[in-house]
Amino acid sequence: MMMSTITTDTLIEELLLNTTLEISADLQNHLRKLKRISVSKPVIFVGSGTCGHISGAQETLQAISHYLEENKVDAEVVETGCIGMCWAEPLVDIQLPGRSRISYQKVTPDLVTTLLDATLNFNCDQKHILGQYKNDATEPWENIPHMEDLLYFKNQHRRILQHCGKINPYNLEEYIAHGGFKALASTLLSNTPAQVRDTVIKSGLRGRGGGGYLSGKKWEAAALAAGEQKYLICNADESDPGAFMDRAIIEGNPHLLIEGMALAAYAAGTTKSYIYLRSSYELACERILKAINDCKEAGLLGHNILNSGFNLNITIRTGAGAFVCGEETALINSLEGKRGIPRPRPPYPTQQGLFNKPTVVNNVETLANVPGIIAGGAQKYKQAGTEKSPGTKVFAITGKLEKSGLIEVPMGTTLREIIFDIAGGIKKGKAFKAAQIGGPSGSCLVSEHLDTPIEYESLEAIDAIMGSGGLVVVDEDTCMVDLAKFFIDFLQNASCGKCIPCREGTHRMLEILEGITRRPEEGNHKTLDRFKGVMQLEELGRVISETSLCGLGKTAPKPLLSTLKYFSEEFEEHIYERKCRSNICRGLRTYTIDTEACTGCTLCAAKCPENAIIGAPKHPHFIVEDKCNGCGICYEVCKFDAVLLK
Amino acid sequence: MEEKIQQIISSHKGTKREDLIPVLQKVQEEYNHLPEEAIYTISNQLGIPASKVYSIASFYNLFRFQRTGKYHICLCRGTACHLSKSAELLRKLKKELKIEPGQATPGGLFSIETVPCMGACHLSPILRVNKVYYTKVETSRVKTILNTYRNK
Amino acid sequence: MLIDIEVNGKIIKAKKEETILSALQRNGLNVPTLCSMKDLMPTGACRMCAVEIEGFQGLIPACSFPVNGWMRIKTHSPRVVTARKTIVELLLSNHPDDCLYCIRNGNCKLQNLAEEMNVHDRRFFGSKKKQKIDNSSPAIVREPDKCILCGRCVRYCDEVLGIAAIEFIRRGTHATIGPEFNKSLNNSTCIHCGQCIMNCPTGALHEKTSSTKVSKAIYHPQKHVIAITDSAMAVSLAEEFGLRAGKDMSGIVNAALRAIGFDAVFDSAFGADLYVQELVYELQERKREGTKQPLLSGHCPAWMKHARQTSGNLPDDITTALPPHHQLGRILKTYYAEKKNIDPSDIFIVSLNTCTAKKEEITNNAYVNGGFPNIDVSMTTRETADFIKLHGIDIHQIEEELTDLPFGMASTAGKIHTLAGGLTEAVIRNLFFSAKGRELRPPRITKLRNTKSIKEYLFKEGELQLKLIAVNGIKEAMEVMEEVRLGTRSADFIEVLACRDGCIGGGGQPLRQPAENVKSRRKALYDIDNKGSINVAEKNPEIEELANRFLGAPGSKKRATMLHIREIKKAAL
Repeated sequence: MMMSTITTDTLIEELLLNTTLEISADLQNHLRKLKRISVSKPVIFVGSGTCGHISGAQETLQAISHYLEENKVDAEVVETGCIGMCWAEPLVDIQLPGRSRISYQKVTPDLVTTLLDATLNFNCDQKHILGQYKNDATEPWENIPHMEDLLYFKNQHRRILQHCGKINPYNLEEYIAHGGFKALASTLLSNTPAQVRDTVIKSGLRGRGGGGYLSGKKWEAAALAAGEQKYLICNADESDPGAFMDRAIIEGNPHLLIEGMALAAYAAGTTKSYIYLRSSYELACERILKAINDCKEAGLLGHNILNSGFNLNITIRTGAGAFVCGEETALINSLEGKRGIPRPRPPYPTQQGLFNKPTVVNNVETLANVPGIIAGGAQKYKQAGTEKSPGTKVFAITGKLEKSGLIEVPMGTTLREIIFDIAGGIKKGKAFKAAQIGGPSGSCLVSEHLDTPIEYESLEAIDAIMGSGGLVVVDEDTCMVDLAKFFIDFLQNASCGKCIPCREGTHRMLEILEGITRRPEEGNHKTLDRFKGVMQLEELGRVISETSLCGLGKTAPKPLLSTLKYFSEEFEEHIYERKCRSNICRGLRTYTIDTEACTGCTLCAAKCPENAIIGAPKHPHFIVEDKCNGCGICYEVCKFDAVLLK
Repeated sequence: MEEKIQQIISSHKGTKREDLIPVLQKVQEEYNHLPEEAIYTISNQLGIPASKVYSIASFYNLFRFQRTGKYHICLCRGTACHLSKSAELLRKLKKELKIEPGQATPGGLFSIETVPCMGACHLSPILRVNKVYYTKVETSRVKTILNTYRNK
Repeated sequence: MLIDIEVNGKIIKAKKEETILSALQRNGLNVPTLCSMKDLMPTGACRMCAVEIEGFQGLIPACSFPVNGWMRIKTHSPRVVTARKTIVELLLSNHPDDCLYCIRNGNCKLQNLAEEMNVHDRRFFGSKKKQKIDNSSPAIVREPDKCILCGRCVRYCDEVLGIAAIEFIRRGTHATIGPEFNKSLNNSTCIHCGQCIMNCPTGALHEKTSSTKVSKAIYHPQKHVIAITDSAMAVSLAEEFGLRAGKDMSGIVNAALRAIGFDAVFDSAFGADLYVQELVYELQERKREGTKQPLLSGHCPAWMKHARQTSGNLPDDITTALPPHHQLGRILKTYYAEKKNIDPSDIFIVSLNTCTAKKEEITNNAYVNGGFPNIDVSMTTRETADFIKLHGIDIHQIEEELTDLPFGMASTAGKIHTLAGGLTEAVIRNLFFSAKGRELRPPRITKLRNTKSIKEYLFKEGELQLKLIAVNGIKEAMEVMEEVRLGTRSADFIEVLACRDGCIGGGGQPLRQPAENVKSRRKALYDIDNKGSINVAEKNPEIEELANRFLGAPGSKKRATMLHIREIKKAAL
């Protein structure tokens, strides 16, 4: 095998800066190697995103390294990002010379030996195989389905996530081999910023962070604003519970984000840029830092990029754990070293943002869309998605699904397709109840919306929002009142406290909900209070949405008001019947004593405020249900774990 | 402490207001929390009134003013984990350790913190002790997990 | 450039790019505000000024949104009124229900809003915050439970004063306001100027009142209780009684105080006359010795606290002369006590002034001289009014009386020493008299009579040349000091007052003070100066008498030990 003498610089020179369509045979070979079209020795890929790590991928990786050393196997080990099949992790892919790459699921460390023993000998371990990747240049494995045909992947349209989980995120050259930075190179060579903006406006790309504004227009506003110094900020704060799209993009394909930022910076005329990264995203931070360094060394970042005269430096700043900093102006304040409090608008950040200079704030996914748009053109981009919401959207689908994970679908895909076609339906065969879209700022979608296309306008029409991509699905066993309470509690905690409606309003909303999920004090007037409280929720919610300063407050009442709308009987049961049909609301639960575990120590009976526990010393005790008020003190004090929730 | 903080600030290469949060982050990494003295030292060295330094530090979840326990337990309070009854886990932890989130046990062995979604929702409910993850944790397993650390 | 906008169906004129609120206010249309502060950028925090604009989804805050020609605004539609009412109700739901026990009862912005909005139901009830009262400072009390987090105190202390003693702590419903670590105020960089109180819409910040102490002293059979009044207080008191701002109430105050039971009523302006004499002597000495650094005034206690805490200890160049009312207090507890044959420990001196910082000043050991505090209690204008009302005095029925002699006689220069630039005027008149042996005619120095925060005057008589600066506002003062240090500004004397408008805008003044009132108070003091015939301390016969009988001329050893801190300290050791 010829040793490749192609360096990164040569790669860039011959591939990116080459305006002809001809490339040397040497380069072609090098590219094939980088793209792993065929490999010369076994390559073992371990799905190594944060979700992979939490599943135990690092331990699996150690076991693999140990095996390779022990058995003196010459193989390459690659840590990739997340392919989105979180339900199947830890994922281990193996590509043998001449054979297609195969993917194994749920590979715990103890399985490594048998799996590698088999596979390295060209025997597939049928118990754990997931599938194989299509490859014209290699021999397929027998009787193994194609990954692309799996229901999970078939219905996806993976543009942004195309390489996540497949390529080595630590290797810039792999990204370039797959076409990376070509868009930037050709843009710097032959397009003006105005042309880039025009293409992106025509493509209809809308902000994927939840705002849904035309990204190209935002860039235009900044480009036309007065002043020399302008900033681009990539919002990677991603703090919605159940959202990890941006993390997967950065961990899986960090160079994609860098290229997107470079194109955006060029188009918007911004001279300095930041990535504001959620502080707990340590792995993502490590990978993007390496990617930035490699790009700098290769001349793809820094001064006079690719000899075009365009300069760009990217600085990483980590957040400090405040959900509200996902809001543009709060994020800007945080970058300035202040409390993450939103600013009144106008002036808009594109006019007066960071340090009062024109600033563009874009979400990670939005920026990740840009290289594809520039490379393929606006028309091609619009081939997926709907007219008003072109393109694709990455969703983190979690909750009571068979298959939780990360997917990318064209805008306009229905909820039904996502839940039943891709995610395999509800876990344990339970019934679908609702899907929360948009996190704590979003409404819930119910059965009647299963066929609503998921795109900005259709969602707005049913008073829902797209959000950043978090989609949580709940089943028949979920208490919707409890879920609403969970979201309000989250927002209450996240509120910055600046404006009265959000700070005090969400507090009162939470209290009203706590009032109906808590065991009552006796007395009819308390029922009236609860009832009055809930009646006030709508008006209170309306005032909060209408007067709050920022998006957090404006959308805070949404989860509550939508669950109230669609699940009013559940609310009424809580209020009038003091019943939680899902047995979730602790204040409305009942307790029993496990007679086998109970030692008769009488502690619970002594502490019970209602004298609802009877029993003789050293004999199993018993809770009288009618007297029990669900306070749970017996549960707290029992040293023998004999008190159980019914 | 003054010298160490001076070192941290020089290595960060920035002494303006916008450098405050990164400096606070690095100082907390060094000392596990933000000691009172550190707030005043940072205030002096960056020329920012102490009330502002404290104001900014107290705004963000990341910063704490008390040392964590030897074994710092982080419980995920994301939506999927909540649906998988993480609230019960929290209740059990509180019962076992007799402390609230944000506190440490009197001997300093354990501390509890509730953290926002860790993003591994298919493994809910999740808790983390220092750098070790425990997934799909049933309430009954809590005691066992705690005991592994108690017996170390 | 003016544009037309439609408000409540009528067309009004608005300036291009001004905020909706500004346009409304100029056209006499009022919407309620809680967080808006004059001359500072709007933050849009309270949302009370929300208005409805056609075509906009939510409600828009008038304070932070610019006007636009096509706007159709409704300021009081049912939707808007409901929203405002709900916001007030939300505030009330997290506010103590103890209006009747609160110092701001009848004078509270939140109370007024509740009334205006017709709040009659407790619609939202649940947990209320429970935070500790901070009683640590002798001047200012913090009651965080009453705080509505409007942030005006924080902004004033930070953006206007440049001190930032207090800031927001934590966030959301757990947010509160205080010094770092929420420690007690007396341990913080707070200079007790009380401007936070002046900006607070509720009773969350107020002065520590001393009226009980004073009543006790008055009714004590043995105590000889003396009131030292202050002309700035006297021209501000009228507003507390519903009378026209700027009316000189000194005659009425004298009568009222005597009616309450004070044994004597003197004027701090007498002390000011002494103070000015000492300052001028110091100035002349420094010129003789060739001292380059400017002499700094020390009669503003807020400034003194700031100077102490920024430089570790008392900067050398601050005058060693005791502040005016301390000088008088010192004389009273020594010379006067002896003359009247009263045990100094039985003399109880109450200084009535416009200041909150003086409450802290008088507890400072530096001002406990010869074993006795020079001043026992300092009361603000607000407290004085309350005290008069408490004792059942009807100021409309009472006849004016003169201050007692000898310490009630003062030059008009002494009377205006609390104005920004007033002390400097007094110093210049004295310098002139000292150089020329006659009074400066006319006595008023118009260059020092404007509302600029930095005023300069170059005094030239023969060979004596002195550059005098009067600066008010801590931020401005620090800037001037820095310029002097760097050499970009020359100065031989700098009068420093912490409060923006000088003492007539002090932290102890009537809480509602529209700009016209401050103007009237200022005019009233200048009127006193214009009308009086004794315009310089040198011409005050009682000062001369005291000098002859007891103190000696400026520069005497007696004056040094009686009226200057350093010498008092030296003597005490």
